[in-house]
Amino acid sequence: MNPTLTHPHEHKHEANGSEPRNFADETYEAAMKAATAVRAEVQDLSFYYGDMQALKGINLKLKDRCVTALIGASGCGKSTLLRCFNRMHDLYPGSRYEGSIVLQPDGKNLVHPKTDPLWVRLNVGMVFQKPNPFPKSIYENVASGLKIRGITQKGLLDHQVEKALKNAALWEEVKERLHKPALSLSGGQQQRLCIARALAVEPSILLLDEPTSALDPIATARIEELIRSLEGVMTVLMVTHNMQQARRISDFTAYMHMGELVEFGATEPLFTAPNEQQTADYIQGRFG
Amino acid sequence: MSDLIKKVDQAWLQPSERFIKRRAMRAAFMKAILFGCASLSVLVTLGILYVLLSESWAFFREISILEFLTDTQWTPLFEDAHFGILPLLSATLTVTGVALSFALPAGLILAIYLSEFASNSIRETVKPFLELLEGVPTVVYGYFALLFVTPLLQQLMPNLAGFNLLAPGLVIGIMILPYTTSVSEDAMRAVPNQLREGAYALGFNRMQTAVRVVVPAALSGITAAFVLGMSRAIGETMVVAIAGGQNPNLTFNPTEGAAAIPAYIVQVSMGDLPHDSMGYKTIFAAGLTLFLITLAFNIIGQLLKRRFREVY
Ligand SMILES: Nc1ncnc2c1ncn2[C@@H]1O[C@H](COP(=O)(O)OP(=O)(O)O)[C@@H](O)[C@H]1O
Ligand SMILES: [Mg+2]
Repeated sequence: MNPTLTHPHEHKHEANGSEPRNFADETYEAAMKAATAVRAEVQDLSFYYGDMQALKGINLKLKDRCVTALIGASGCGKSTLLRCFNRMHDLYPGSRYEGSIVLQPDGKNLVHPKTDPLWVRLNVGMVFQKPNPFPKSIYENVASGLKIRGITQKGLLDHQVEKALKNAALWEEVKERLHKPALSLSGGQQQRLCIARALAVEPSILLLDEPTSALDPIATARIEELIRSLEGVMTVLMVTHNMQQARRISDFTAYMHMGELVEFGATEPLFTAPNEQQTADYIQGRFG
Repeated sequence: MSDLIKKVDQAWLQPSERFIKRRAMRAAFMKAILFGCASLSVLVTLGILYVLLSESWAFFREISILEFLTDTQWTPLFEDAHFGILPLLSATLTVTGVALSFALPAGLILAIYLSEFASNSIRETVKPFLELLEGVPTVVYGYFALLFVTPLLQQLMPNLAGFNLLAPGLVIGIMILPYTTSVSEDAMRAVPNQLREGAYALGFNRMQTAVRVVVPAALSGITAAFVLGMSRAIGETMVVAIAGGQNPNLTFNPTEGAAAIPAYIVQVSMGDLPHDSMGYKTIFAAGLTLFLITLAFNIIGQLLKRRFREVY
């Protein structure tokens, strides 16, 4: 972990202190200062499904090697925003982007029409709501992204596969049966395999769309632990409908409502003292 | 007043005893009819099998199975009669091999194109043409092989016999192409989109997604398509009877002519055979052989299918 990186989590205990303090700005500033490097900057991003505008002028900065959570009511556009980052929408006709997502330090606009979506997807990994391993062996699943990138050297493949499976906290469970079908794994293991598959190619950004919503509580806890372990290693953007989850594992949180970004900041202050009334209502379970 | 509404509501909601009974009777009646239909198809199959087996039994009482399987000549109607199935079998397998080596790659490529690349409008234009191919009577295919494909091939291969196994093989390949294509395409389109999205998200392009993810995921359906297509090719009668020749010939060379099992059956049954003659019985022995090969392929297909399903 980067030693200069101070995570907002470390302020958690203060947040629970009895003395009421306006720490929101303090912590936010501290976190922003600590994690100075920005990995991606979303600028005035709008997105349309045909005539339907699903995202309205989003502005957001993803800090390098931090976990950013996207929360908000169902249908507010969380997945839509996430899928802009790897141009997933390009697979379907009628989608249109406006504005930009600038990847740093390259300065490349991910949603520019001239930017090749294949290039984007080679740099931005994604894990889906439901585990979707390929109908191949465990090993082949993790190695598939590497092979697509032209890596054929056995030693290198083995090394990356092992590393990714270790990072995904799956290695111990599967090291004896790497060549067994991936679909013989449990749902939680399959999801960790999908995370390993995404990690193996070391993407600039890892997108996670409600990665635990199809899993039981124990499998969920393992995945949460795994995502937390990625802090300081990888830039993660994660959609979750579970606010406790966002609070447990993210450094920054963005709250969305009806295609707009309502509030964005360090996670703990956003949950304890949100700046916007709407955010407060949502967090307390009161829907406006 | 609200009591009244309640009563009326309940009367509406509570079905009477009679209604429930009638409904159960209707269900039982439907079930009986459906069971009858299902049994009928089983009975017909068993009946065919019975005739095949009993008539073949009569044949095998005179000719030993060993002779049937090892004799290299098939001359049942000659003075010097030989009853070796091998020449007919070799022709059948050669034709099937030629048909599959055309239909397998072509069907797979076409299915990949239709399922993963073609726009909806192209797909909707191409599919009816494929179905049209399916509707052409097999006699037409037979003469197409004999009068069009063979002369065409002879331009390329001057040594090609007028009756040969190559032309009927290719034409049977064309014949089963719509079937293998549409079943494989269905299997590929049934692959959940999330699997494709997973591949694209890793940086796969369209071709890689189709070949490395969609085809393996649809393999059980694709295998089924080709095994069933193969069964069709093996039993296909008119094309081989017309374009393959009538001359039993132990060869695996597709440029030669040779009678396949179905061709022999057609040829012999067109003549006027006495019921108890040896020639009559050979029809059933040959038919049984065809039936067993098809059965074997279907069993292999089912086993493969189960294996692939386990893998997926
Ligand atoms: N493929 C699509 N075509 C048209 N509208 C869509 C499509 N996918 C999502 N939407 C709409 O866009 C809005 C945002 O959806 P989504 O991003 O999936 O929400 P969330 O992930 O926050 O639940 C919703 O109103 C949804 O109905
Ligand atoms: Mg969603």
